[in-house]
Amino acid sequence: MNRSIITGQRLVAVFLFGCVLLNYPLFSLFNRPGELFGIPLLYLYLFGIWALLIGLMAFAIERRKD
Amino acid sequence: MLQGWVIASVSFAYLGMLFAIAYFGDKRADAGRSVIANPTIYALSLAVYCTTWTFYGSVGRAASTGIGFLPTYLGPTLMAGLWWFVMLKMIRISKANRITSIADFVSSRYGKSQVLGGLVTVIAVVGVIPYISLQLKAVSNSFTILLYYPQIVMPAKAGAQPLLQDTTLYIAMILAAFTILFGTRHLDATERHEGMVAAIAFESVVKLLSFLAVGIFVTFGIYNGFGDIFNRAELMPQMRALMTVEDTGASYGNWLAMTFLAMLSIMFLPRQFQITVVENVNDRHLARAIWLFPLYLFLINIFVLPIALGGMLHFPNGDVDADTFVLTLPMVERHEALALFVFIGGLSAATGMVIVETIALSTMVCNELVMPVLLRWKALRLHEKKDISGLLLSIRRSAIALILLLGYIYFRAAGEAYALVSIGLISFAAVAQFAPAIFGGIYWKGGTREGAIIGLAAGFAVWIYTLLLPSFAKSGWLSLDFIQSGPFGVALLRPQQLFGLGGLDEISHSLFWSMLVNIGCYLIISLRRRPDVVETGQGTLFVDAFRRADSSGGSRFWRGSAQVEDLLPLIGRFLGPERAREAFLAHARQRGLASIDELQANADLVHFAETLLAGAIGGASARVMVASVVKEEPLGPDEVMNILDEASQVRAYSRQLEQKSRELEEATADLRAANEQMKEFDRMKDDFISTVTHELRTPLASIRALSEILLDDPEIKVDDRQQFAAIIVKESERLTRLINQVLDMAKIESGNAEWHTAEVDLHEVIEESLAATASLFADRRIRLDRRLAQAVPQVRVDRDRLIQVMLNLLSNAVKFCEEDRGCVTVRLSSGIDTVRVDVEDNGPGIAEADQRTIFEKFRQVGDTLTAKPQGTGLGLPISRQIIEHFGGRLWVESEPGRGASFSFILPLSGEGINPEERTEQ
Repeated sequence: MNRSIITGQRLVAVFLFGCVLLNYPLFSLFNRPGELFGIPLLYLYLFGIWALLIGLMAFAIERRKD
Repeated sequence: MLQGWVIASVSFAYLGMLFAIAYFGDKRADAGRSVIANPTIYALSLAVYCTTWTFYGSVGRAASTGIGFLPTYLGPTLMAGLWWFVMLKMIRISKANRITSIADFVSSRYGKSQVLGGLVTVIAVVGVIPYISLQLKAVSNSFTILLYYPQIVMPAKAGAQPLLQDTTLYIAMILAAFTILFGTRHLDATERHEGMVAAIAFESVVKLLSFLAVGIFVTFGIYNGFGDIFNRAELMPQMRALMTVEDTGASYGNWLAMTFLAMLSIMFLPRQFQITVVENVNDRHLARAIWLFPLYLFLINIFVLPIALGGMLHFPNGDVDADTFVLTLPMVERHEALALFVFIGGLSAATGMVIVETIALSTMVCNELVMPVLLRWKALRLHEKKDISGLLLSIRRSAIALILLLGYIYFRAAGEAYALVSIGLISFAAVAQFAPAIFGGIYWKGGTREGAIIGLAAGFAVWIYTLLLPSFAKSGWLSLDFIQSGPFGVALLRPQQLFGLGGLDEISHSLFWSMLVNIGCYLIISLRRRPDVVETGQGTLFVDAFRRADSSGGSRFWRGSAQVEDLLPLIGRFLGPERAREAFLAHARQRGLASIDELQANADLVHFAETLLAGAIGGASARVMVASVVKEEPLGPDEVMNILDEASQVRAYSRQLEQKSRELEEATADLRAANEQMKEFDRMKDDFISTVTHELRTPLASIRALSEILLDDPEIKVDDRQQFAAIIVKESERLTRLINQVLDMAKIESGNAEWHTAEVDLHEVIEESLAATASLFADRRIRLDRRLAQAVPQVRVDRDRLIQVMLNLLSNAVKFCEEDRGCVTVRLSSGIDTVRVDVEDNGPGIAEADQRTIFEKFRQVGDTLTAKPQGTGLGLPISRQIIEHFGGRLWVESEPGRGASFSFILPLSGEGINPEERTEQ
């Protein structure tokens, strides 16, 4: 049960982390023209964060041993 | 040129495949080997979230709002992070209370209110049926576009198909058939449809592959990768604007609102609730879905912007609708097969949504709208009918047909109207109204029925006013003045700038006002009074769902009297008498009772019956029905509070008690094991003594006989004397060995005996055994007939054990032969991979009934009252044990009066005989 609760808390942390990263004001820092590796900055930022969130959630869930 | 019939037959073949998968899924479910009991399948089925609105519409939205299409998918990803607590809780609650739909969930929480259930159903129906129409429209459009291949003709210009030639009509009919077939197969207390879920998971795979295929084709086939598309788009000013969002507060507000809206939709869209909660097989599957489902969304979105930009570059004058880029880009590049695959992908997105949504809505309509009315309608005399489960199923089926019919009619009527095209987000905003009542309901015990009803109704009203009516106006069904200058010219009431609030887009605007009113009413009205008894009871069940692991928790809030004879027929009328009886019997067994008659009609049973019924007709109706046969004595609020206060103390005590009883159970288990072991030893000791006496007698008999001959007959020839003496010595040696082996007997029983296995020639074994029993034959003057095949392969056995078997069989044969006239035949033969030995006598034979028992320990054939027993009854069982140890078998064939033939076969080179052969006798 403890392990399950800590996993849940990690996931909530990912949620909060994601809410902050994907909204104003951090969002606005990348909301400008420009590109990296030929890909628009905002597009790259959003998909990068998105992949990161999924990775973190997968890590939190699949690593638990029960 | 793609012929219409090719497209149609591919579509129908695809739908046929869905039927096959669903059929297979249901068959496996019936056989108890679920195909969907798998976290990956579960995660895939959740992707029913992605409809044609995603498949075709995302690109369209990306073409007009750029990156603005993304919050719809980022929201669910974020929400998934909360599922571990929130969704798990909803699943647990639903399983414990047999919740069948989101309407049932809300109504159950607030004291099983029928009004609330009905209200939620109405909101869902109004908000979602146009969304079903949108799916049909997408199928119809994509079909029309594909029909003109390789020309690109927009459906709006092509004109509508005549009704009877409209493939969409037939697809809708097939979907109705599918949904009826796999959605209402029987009334299940859990309302799960495994075959349907299997088909949905399959559809998710198809639409993802299809979208990825077209994405890869556009990005890498038409253009040279992401960089190329973005570089070209950069050069066009109107496309450059799509890479960012407007840098204003309102635009960030819209972004936040869209994310928030999507977060709520993923929880409360009826189809999501159906798949995530109702169809959930095991709540552990949720864990994988928390990251796999967002990953699915991620994959299906990677190529949206490239396709949108690619399409805009390809069709610069804007005569091709961006919603169709997914299909028109492969078409204009003359990739027929890919275009067809995209069409099938779109079809899978549409059908998946339509099927699940229709099942969810039909359950709601049946349980929350129709049944409550029918049950109150005294003139129908439903109370007197014995079995109305058939009626229930027909209502479900009619509801499915009706919903799809309405969806189709609206699609035909609305055509290109704004109200239909923009329904995606409008529909999201409608179901978002469920959020306060549900989140409040599972985390706050103070919410009341009136609070939820008024909150929902007010939020819904605001939604109609600020979103639905304006969409009608924009479609030309209402005067545009309504939007521009407000009703009756009151500017303050302009529906999309209510009280002058401007700047937000229409969805965010509506979401803000409706949520404000909804949450406000819910809180304020709820706080006006204390929750009543039923609300407190249900509130505790929902809020404390994790703490209350036992499903009988609900029964503590109930006091009254009921009769099993009343409850059982009641449940039987809805579930069918057979199923009801089975369920009650299972319930009785669970409590350690032998039959239904022994069930006590207590609170626990009433709760069980009500939950069972709730699975079929919804919580609110179930409560009314059960109340009709139960005399309830309501608990006062103080009593409920006392129960709740006690509960926390009781929990602490019970935890200690559980600990103690666990320790006690462990000690008991240890003791029981020790006792079993002692009994086993006791039994082995008895066996041991009997075995010893029997096994020592046979060799002793032959030693004694030979010694007596030597003693009695001094004239005996030297040769004979030597032979006899040699046998005596040999037998004595064997006796010694046997004693050791007999000591091993205990080990055989316990499984750790020693076996001296070696390659053995059966000729030698038989000859030796015959020599040892020669005196027996001689004594009784019994003829011996040897029929031993030459050149029999060797077998790997324990020589002494095998001699033991042969001696036993031979001495038995001699024993049962008539003196002087007896004849014993010994045969040795070899088969393909076995060696066979038969010992046949011409004695009295063994009756059919006895042929089995002689192999049991201490059983002997014959009338034990008159005849003297002629052995200990251990020889044959031991022989059989030995033969079976070497992978062979020992059996008898006999007819009374015609002698008996004992045979055994042994496998060559230690390979066992295959099991079928061994069990045939």
